[in-house]
Amino acid sequence: MTEKEKLFNKELKVINIGIEMFADDLEKQNVDVIHVNWRPPAGGDLDILKLLEKLEGS
Amino acid sequence: MIVTVIIRKNTYRDSVILMRLSNKVAELDGVLQAGVVMGTPTNKEFLKALNLLTEDARQASPNDLVIALDTQDEKSMDHALSEVDRLLTTRVSKDESKIVPKTLDSALRVMPDANLVIISVPGIFAKREALKGLRKGLNVFIFSSNVSIEDELELKQLALEKGLLVMGPDCGTAIINNIVLGFGNVVNQGNIGIVAAAGTGLQQVSTLIHNEGFGISQAIGTGGNDLSKTVGGIMMIEGIKRLEQDDETKVIVLISKPPNQEISERVLKIAHQSSKPVVVNFLGGNIENIESQGYTAAKTLEDAATTACALVQGKQAIKNIFTASNEEILSIAQSEWDRLAANQNFVRGLYTGGTLSYEALILITPLLGEIFSNSPLKPHLKLDDSTLSKNHTCVDMGAEEFVIGRPHPMIDYTLRNQRIIKEGNDPETAVILLDVVLGYGSHDNPATELISPIQEVKANAERNGRYLSVVASIVGTSLDHQDFHKQYKLLEDVGVIIMPSNAQAARLAALIATRGAIQDKLFEEALK
Repeated sequence: MTEKEKLFNKELKVINIGIEMFADDLEKQNVDVIHVNWRPPAGGDLDILKLLEKLEGS
Repeated sequence: MIVTVIIRKNTYRDSVILMRLSNKVAELDGVLQAGVVMGTPTNKEFLKALNLLTEDARQASPNDLVIALDTQDEKSMDHALSEVDRLLTTRVSKDESKIVPKTLDSALRVMPDANLVIISVPGIFAKREALKGLRKGLNVFIFSSNVSIEDELELKQLALEKGLLVMGPDCGTAIINNIVLGFGNVVNQGNIGIVAAAGTGLQQVSTLIHNEGFGISQAIGTGGNDLSKTVGGIMMIEGIKRLEQDDETKVIVLISKPPNQEISERVLKIAHQSSKPVVVNFLGGNIENIESQGYTAAKTLEDAATTACALVQGKQAIKNIFTASNEEILSIAQSEWDRLAANQNFVRGLYTGGTLSYEALILITPLLGEIFSNSPLKPHLKLDDSTLSKNHTCVDMGAEEFVIGRPHPMIDYTLRNQRIIKEGNDPETAVILLDVVLGYGSHDNPATELISPIQEVKANAERNGRYLSVVASIVGTSLDHQDFHKQYKLLEDVGVIIMPSNAQAARLAALIATRGAIQDKLFEEALK
């Protein structure tokens, strides 16, 4: 297990994608957190998104 | 009535911000209905239910903000729209005060040593973000729901290959290194590790452990579908293995609703290989079956907590039906049932926590007989309409039908308060049974919300020659920002009987509603 995978008993370093409140709550707990200003991919067009995901191989 | 629907193209706000905004706007004078949402398929269903899904709204994408309002007159509409603008701008200016990356990749450039990503975007986009996180070597916590079980399996298999954890989808809470993720309570650090497929189950067990003076090493949430046949308990098994390797963890607690039989056996087999004591709380599962395989089984969430605390000290667990003596309990219950009118016979449980509602059903069905619910133990006990109770009823108000387009009832007490008034004014209601969940994500001062409707229904009952009993439990600790003791005092002052756990609250409610008729059966349980 690499250092990154371990997670237990080491400092949490968090990236938050979505509800900003979760990042605020982590800040209150003195956790190092970055909130991502996320927007729906492909401008929110679900058909284009499906194509994009096929291209990305996911 | 005036209906206005405005679409703001490419204007994204997160769901919590928008739900709070919608609520504020809905409370304005002259506003009949308000929905300010992103144009996701689920939100369009919500607008449809409000009769606000115009053709423009139907065409909106998940990246478009839909402002849908129904007001009494033009003046109210103008005021409501300007209020929406004001509230939207307030949040934006806060956003602009910080430099925020727009993608996971750019966030990783700022924080290359990140080890966890929390994902709470709409479900249709969650897998995509989770895959990106796993490929970058990050552990993942997925709060989002509406992710397919096949996608969940794919994510968890990839996580296993990479030696990472995927908590969720639909994972409400976890405690990692004494840090609360999502909705959860502040508890002491300690030696009890938890793996839970039930969010409020994890909250109840971790807070009871804290309140007994012990603490949590790690609490891993798996999401409710982890123990399904398709997913196969991948993360519960991985969680057990992680806790086995963790030096701080001395006792392991497993929490779930009854898993698929085959998966249950698979999970228990792994647990059997652990060198540490394992407490199994599969709510409603076959206790004898689990114990015959050599595990310590707990019937209730409280039993799981007290058993774990006993095992940490190398002691045998004592299973109590109530913390107080039987005599004390009977005295409290009788002083309540003595005041009931003849036709007040039913328990009405109004829950914000799904696992807690389920636990109440499991515990009091053998005492009361059939209990109706929107999430019942048997299909024929399903309420035709979740908003209408029948005889004994226990409602999970965090269920989907109550939360589409609305904040969860742990945050927003409006719907549950309305229901308290409705049930309290029903002349057949004997006891209203409640949970009050504290911690991150929950309402900042829930007791102040509950005081007014409880006072109202109690006073109304008295005017009509009845007495209304209200029994509750508080899931929380003195370290939570709402402060357990403050909430306790506020509720106690308006005549709410507060029990130390949900299990005890549910049993007391049954004892009161039956005027003690079930006492022998109830107290016999302690001897089993």
